[in-house]
Amino acid sequence: MTELFYDVVVIGGGPAGMAAALAAREKGAKTLILERDVRLGGILNQCIHQGFGLHYFSQEMTGPEYAKRFSDAVAQTDIEVRLEAMALGLGEDRTVSVLSPSRGLEKIRAGAVVLAMGCRERTAGAIMLPGTRPAGIYTAGMAQKLCNVSGYLVGKEVVILGSGDIGLIMARRMTTEGAKVKLVLELMPYSSGLKRNIVQCLEDYDIPIKYSHTITRVVGSPRITGLYYAPVKDRKPILEQEQYVSCDALLLSVGLIPENDLLNGLDIEMSPVTGGATVDERRMTTIDGVFSCGNVLHVHDLVDNVSREAEIAGAAAADFAMGKLAERGKQYAVVAEGDVRYALPQRIHEGGVQKLFFRVGRVVKNCRLVVESGGKTLLSKKYMVLAPGEMGSVDIDASALEGDIKVRLEI
Amino acid sequence: MKELNTICIMCPMGCPLKIVGDGEKVEVSGNTCKRGEIYGKEELLHPSRVITSLVILEDGSVASCKSSSPVPKERIADVVDAISHISAPKTTKAGDVLLKDALGLGVDIIATGVSPKSGLN
Repeated sequence: MTELFYDVVVIGGGPAGMAAALAAREKGAKTLILERDVRLGGILNQCIHQGFGLHYFSQEMTGPEYAKRFSDAVAQTDIEVRLEAMALGLGEDRTVSVLSPSRGLEKIRAGAVVLAMGCRERTAGAIMLPGTRPAGIYTAGMAQKLCNVSGYLVGKEVVILGSGDIGLIMARRMTTEGAKVKLVLELMPYSSGLKRNIVQCLEDYDIPIKYSHTITRVVGSPRITGLYYAPVKDRKPILEQEQYVSCDALLLSVGLIPENDLLNGLDIEMSPVTGGATVDERRMTTIDGVFSCGNVLHVHDLVDNVSREAEIAGAAAADFAMGKLAERGKQYAVVAEGDVRYALPQRIHEGGVQKLFFRVGRVVKNCRLVVESGGKTLLSKKYMVLAPGEMGSVDIDASALEGDIKVRLEI
Repeated sequence: MKELNTICIMCPMGCPLKIVGDGEKVEVSGNTCKRGEIYGKEELLHPSRVITSLVILEDGSVASCKSSSPVPKERIADVVDAISHISAPKTTKAGDVLLKDALGLGVDIIATGVSPKSGLN
């Protein structure tokens, strides 16, 4: 088995991986991207809709166009890209085992590792979908890939469970391509997707969405022929009010999980809330020299934020690998309280203005986000509405901290 | 006088818009930027959307495409139909114009990317 060395090894060649690699290379690091698909771009390649890049490029573009900006930039550098390469193992000493058809099994030593593996979708099994398991049940992203990459429409009469962004986008895509989307069911009383996707994907096409409703039974054999659904009270379906709808496909858009299997067995602190590692403001995990960014760290709504976050991680990884990571001030924990479900990074070193990302656990109207450090208020910002589907971000002055940073809502 | 309450779709902020007016004068409130005001006026008088769809290339691989500018909402289905009749060579690449001036609407259909053939197609 060959053994190689790179300053920075980036695992994953989607938006996070490409931006991290470019930032690392910019700092002078010898950089390698490992990507398991046949091309760079990750999930962007199948997101053919508009809406990417407004913040990062000040221009609205489609997923493939956004990806191309970065993959073209990568191609202009001497960043090495290994395609069809699956990272199988990661050690605390920053060695990466990788398998690819062209080069077999390799062990790569890295000065620093950037985790950029993205996330995957929750499945029928993961949500214990009631009923049988006929053909015709797809995660929304799988249906999206089959449609936009392979040119296959997975059904003609479609029901969508969950109102995550991919589900909403697919409601419009399936409609555009000639399918009838009969119904979207959402367990919660609000959408987990972006507001604008409710408007432009559902309302534009008169697709009904029923909040506080869920599936009670899937029927059909060998293919799905329909399903029963009912309103939900206290998270339990009211079976007396069960209704039936026929369909030949069911799409699931019921949440995303950071794909961190590579970290199993490592002595690394994980957040049970985000499903990702915990990081400091440089996106370094509790393993020295291992950084995390993008959807493998926490699920983002906007790729623009992923790119920016990945640049922080990539630049810091390069500095670490080359022994240039600057000494920082004292480190404080960032603690989310009450309606704030999480705040990220989970640790901040004193110094400068720093960006905090946060997500709330329910829809909250007319509130204030308050960030405190040891009784000193760092920020108090008014919001008309905060929703779980939309990640917020604020800049805080961390130049003089007096204790752990507490992030909470005042209503 | 028309009135419309909707959510701005220009960016992920999703500002709640209230749009009141007629052909002469339109007032937009609730927006937090200029783009929202422009969108609000358009949405009341001439709602339109950028369309994204697919073209299957001669060799069976799949190209994604978009309209070069927004299409009036009531013509979306017609434009999608026109896109479905496009035939394009396998050498198609991102940025190529696949259909000029679709249905005389002054909108081009442009390739945004091409997926390599998979085991399915």
